[in-house]
Amino acid sequence: MENKQLKEIKICTKGLNFFYGDNQALKGINIEILAKKVTALIGPSGCGKSTFLKTLNRMNDLIPEARLEGEIYLDNLNLYNDYDIVELRKKVGMVFQKPNPFPMSIYDNIAYGPRIHGIKNKAVLDQIVESSLQKAALWEEVKDRLKQNALGLSGGQQQRLCIARVLAVEPEVVLMDEPTSALDPLATLKIEDLIQELADNYTIVIVTHNMQQAGRISDYTAFFLHGEIVEYETTSKIFSVPNDKRTEDYITGRFG
Amino acid sequence: MMRYNFDKELESLHLNLLQMAGLVEESIESTIEALKKHDVELAKKVAQGDNIIDKLEKKIEKQCIDLIARQQPLAKDLRTISSVLKIITDLERIADQSADIASYTIKMAREKYIKPIKDIPKMAECTKNMVNRVIDAYIKQDIEEAKAVIASDDEVDDLFAKIVQELTVIVKNNPQTVEQAINLVVIAKYLERMADHTTNIGEWIIYNVTGEHYKV
Repeated sequence: MENKQLKEIKICTKGLNFFYGDNQALKGINIEILAKKVTALIGPSGCGKSTFLKTLNRMNDLIPEARLEGEIYLDNLNLYNDYDIVELRKKVGMVFQKPNPFPMSIYDNIAYGPRIHGIKNKAVLDQIVESSLQKAALWEEVKDRLKQNALGLSGGQQQRLCIARVLAVEPEVVLMDEPTSALDPLATLKIEDLIQELADNYTIVIVTHNMQQAGRISDYTAFFLHGEIVEYETTSKIFSVPNDKRTEDYITGRFG
Repeated sequence: MMRYNFDKELESLHLNLLQMAGLVEESIESTIEALKKHDVELAKKVAQGDNIIDKLEKKIEKQCIDLIARQQPLAKDLRTISSVLKIITDLERIADQSADIASYTIKMAREKYIKPIKDIPKMAECTKNMVNRVIDAYIKQDIEEAKAVIASDDEVDDLFAKIVQELTVIVKNNPQTVEQAINLVVIAKYLERMADHTTNIGEWIIYNVTGEHYKV
């Protein structure tokens, strides 16, 4: 990949295999994900992209009969051996497909994480709530109703709230699993703008079924197929002159 | 404000196009200056400058293709990007022809001109002016200005006819001048084509704004 040597590697995997029982979902994944870039994972259903994303903050740990081989490094430390899970999840946040605010006030949703991590001071929490909502481009819309229940927000606002909630614990990596698939086109564009803005400060890995979205917002794209990475390149390259015929067929809608 | 990044990339596309147009204008100015003054060094510079313009064209072209591939431009955005793709081809041709004129200047460096070089600079001035105004029309998305530029093409055509006529008389009176007369006709023809390309640019601006092709 062009110029990759010059950039900081945030996450890297070596010979990563993942099994659900007998079913191998990931086959020998070797990838280097760059810091403060948006990396999109694309591919047809069942190709392993969501499984891969979940391995990056050990969301698969509790699945019965799931098994992982190979290594994942985050900042050069082994993600499975060198991190405490709470510490890891603080560093690597996740945003899901459907907005999932807690059934509590907007304020408490954001303050939830920092409180768990031991912050009690009201002024500090106020500050965290405001700056997180600012970063998620939601502050202006909700600043006058922070005490209202978060479930009263629109779908797009709820998703930005969930992003703000992730940012409140000051992560370095944000994983997103189809964060806009439940949103209308305008809310989608708002989230896309936000993702690109966040990339100035965070490493973002996003799974998307929407290929055009990957094209619009990511710096790098990895194309997954049958549990393998077929091609990992700059998004510009993948979307204009992919190397592999299978990538070309997928992005031009020839299969998948 | 939504699609902030896309808008930023479109902005950069416009800036690159303006830079290319600026270089093309400079090229026309220098090529005629070189012709008037038998300035071989300047003519060589024009020829070299053409490479820079070619590179810029390729860069803008890549930017357009990238935007189409990644941003799914629609409606006005799609027209803008297609228009830019066409406009840069015309600009590149204008620069080529300017460089071609420079090569004739180099060829005629040691010859005394068979007639005062007056109308050719006039043509060049007119053409350069058209390029300048058409780019202004592009920036302002001004259809009326684009139409006015298209109309100015007639002046350039008239000057071309006049130059050919005069050279014909000169050659008839003194057949030994034929070689240089042909060179000068070719130069005038280049300028006439440059104005035509500028007219095309005007038409693309109108298409970009209205979505329809302009018929004179």
